[in-house]
Amino acid sequence: MSGWLKDKGHLARMAGLFAFGITAFLVFRWVMVPPGFGLYGHYRAGALDDARARPLQYAGRAECEGCHTDIVEARQGSRHARIGCEACHGPLIKHAQAPTEIKPTRPDGRVLCVRCHETNPWKPKGFPQVKVADHSDNGPCTACHKAHAPKIS
Amino acid sequence: MESVLQSVQGFMYPNEVELQWGILIVLYPFTTGLVAGAFILASLERVFNVEAVKPTYRLALLTALAFLLVAPLPLQLHLGHPERSLEMYLTPHTESAMAMFGFVYLWYLMVVLVLEIWLDYRKDIVLMWRDSSGPTRWLYGAMALWSDNISPASLALDDRIGRALTVIGIPSAFLLHGYVGFIFGSVKANPWWSTPLMPIVFLFSAIVSGIAAVMLVYMVTAWWRERAFDMGCLDTVARYLFYAFLIDFSLEMLDLIHRIYEADESFRALDFMVHTRLYTSQVLVQILAGTIVPLGMLGLTQLVQMSEKARRRIYAMAGVLTLIGVFAMRWNVVIGGQLFSKSFLGYTSYKMNFATREGLLPAILLLILPFVILAVLIRLLPPWKVQRRGAGVSG
Repeated sequence: MSGWLKDKGHLARMAGLFAFGITAFLVFRWVMVPPGFGLYGHYRAGALDDARARPLQYAGRAECEGCHTDIVEARQGSRHARIGCEACHGPLIKHAQAPTEIKPTRPDGRVLCVRCHETNPWKPKGFPQVKVADHSDNGPCTACHKAHAPKIS
Repeated sequence: MESVLQSVQGFMYPNEVELQWGILIVLYPFTTGLVAGAFILASLERVFNVEAVKPTYRLALLTALAFLLVAPLPLQLHLGHPERSLEMYLTPHTESAMAMFGFVYLWYLMVVLVLEIWLDYRKDIVLMWRDSSGPTRWLYGAMALWSDNISPASLALDDRIGRALTVIGIPSAFLLHGYVGFIFGSVKANPWWSTPLMPIVFLFSAIVSGIAAVMLVYMVTAWWRERAFDMGCLDTVARYLFYAFLIDFSLEMLDLIHRIYEADESFRALDFMVHTRLYTSQVLVQILAGTIVPLGMLGLTQLVQMSEKARRRIYAMAGVLTLIGVFAMRWNVVIGGQLFSKSFLGYTSYKMNFATREGLLPAILLLILPFVILAVLIRLLPPWKVQRRGAGVSG
């Protein structure tokens, strides 16, 4: 090696190695990062279309209330009045689209009620909580409580 | 649930009962601290021309590299899915301090440490390339980038660039470890962590632990090689350890006094925690055994004339205690910050598993691994003078 590079050849090689590493990284990044990344935020813009393309599962409360007016009436003023229908009954858009062909299964109260009302010291004091085994002698909750208006009057 | 609640005293919010950051996250600031500290010790010789510490210069650089290579592993183990860590570089999130660490790490590893070690060792690498044969020859050739120019002019150029890199390396080392403290210090929801002093305290404890680690590594390698200790070097390193420790201790006490004097709404809860659940690890191990005792021992060597043997023993004991104390400091910050409730009305406990992904066993292995890497590095790039075939002594 001659000229001004005479004693700098090893440094030029190291600089070349760094340049190669950075270029390889940039190429790798160009290949790996999906198009549209960062367009709206720190995510792939196409993810929104993907989410939109997924079939809907939930019908929404308004859809349920259009038909089940008796339940709307029963829930009025009850402590369960503000709970969404599908929070307990599950996603039901297929039932809403074909009410007679597709019938939802009735939730099992022994599983559903316990999910919220089993005693748990982390819940707020005012929240109705019971030790289910003692409280109902393992009988069905719906023997005493109506699911849509649970208070026993 | 009953078993989980057994570890709780008083009122905890549900998400506070189980600790999210365990021993691996304790290990992470401890390891990066050793890197930063070791590098700063190395820079004493290079930038500030402290000739006495020269025997530890290369050892400090190799120690820093060995620990830096292991530093991200606790995080990878803690988070799982190591394949996703690459995303940090591909789609960098500039608003996240944790995400930007990837770049700080890469800068420090490649531009500061690897480059500085390469420049410093280049002459030795070329000589070893010339002397060796077979795969070793190929390896040293690759490390020399197949350039065997070790003319005085090229070596002088290496030295100038190496010096400049060390100057850049000092703020980089401060950034690397200051950043770790910054992560904790900026968690404003946690009064145990949230203090602007956190990066400074982390940094100085890092310097202390790095100096202690290199001092011990130097003593062990000298003993292993059956060579006489360079007492001038050891005395100087121990003196710097003493000074750095004094500053670190003063800063930690300043933080403590500030907390006591400020006595904000969290104070009583934190004070109770220090006197109960953190008493052993904070008061006994960190402050007493890990700070006051080694400080006293190092101070004694500065005040009283002692034999070489006595000084060596004191340095070794003080070094080990210092490392234990700094590890305890990391433990008390990371674990302590998760033991109390944000309601200030309850406390939980840390249950450490053994042979699990985040248990004690992987933590022990991760503490051993840097020493294995260091042994390989020392074999590959001896930090001391070695006999060469036909070339006499070099290095």
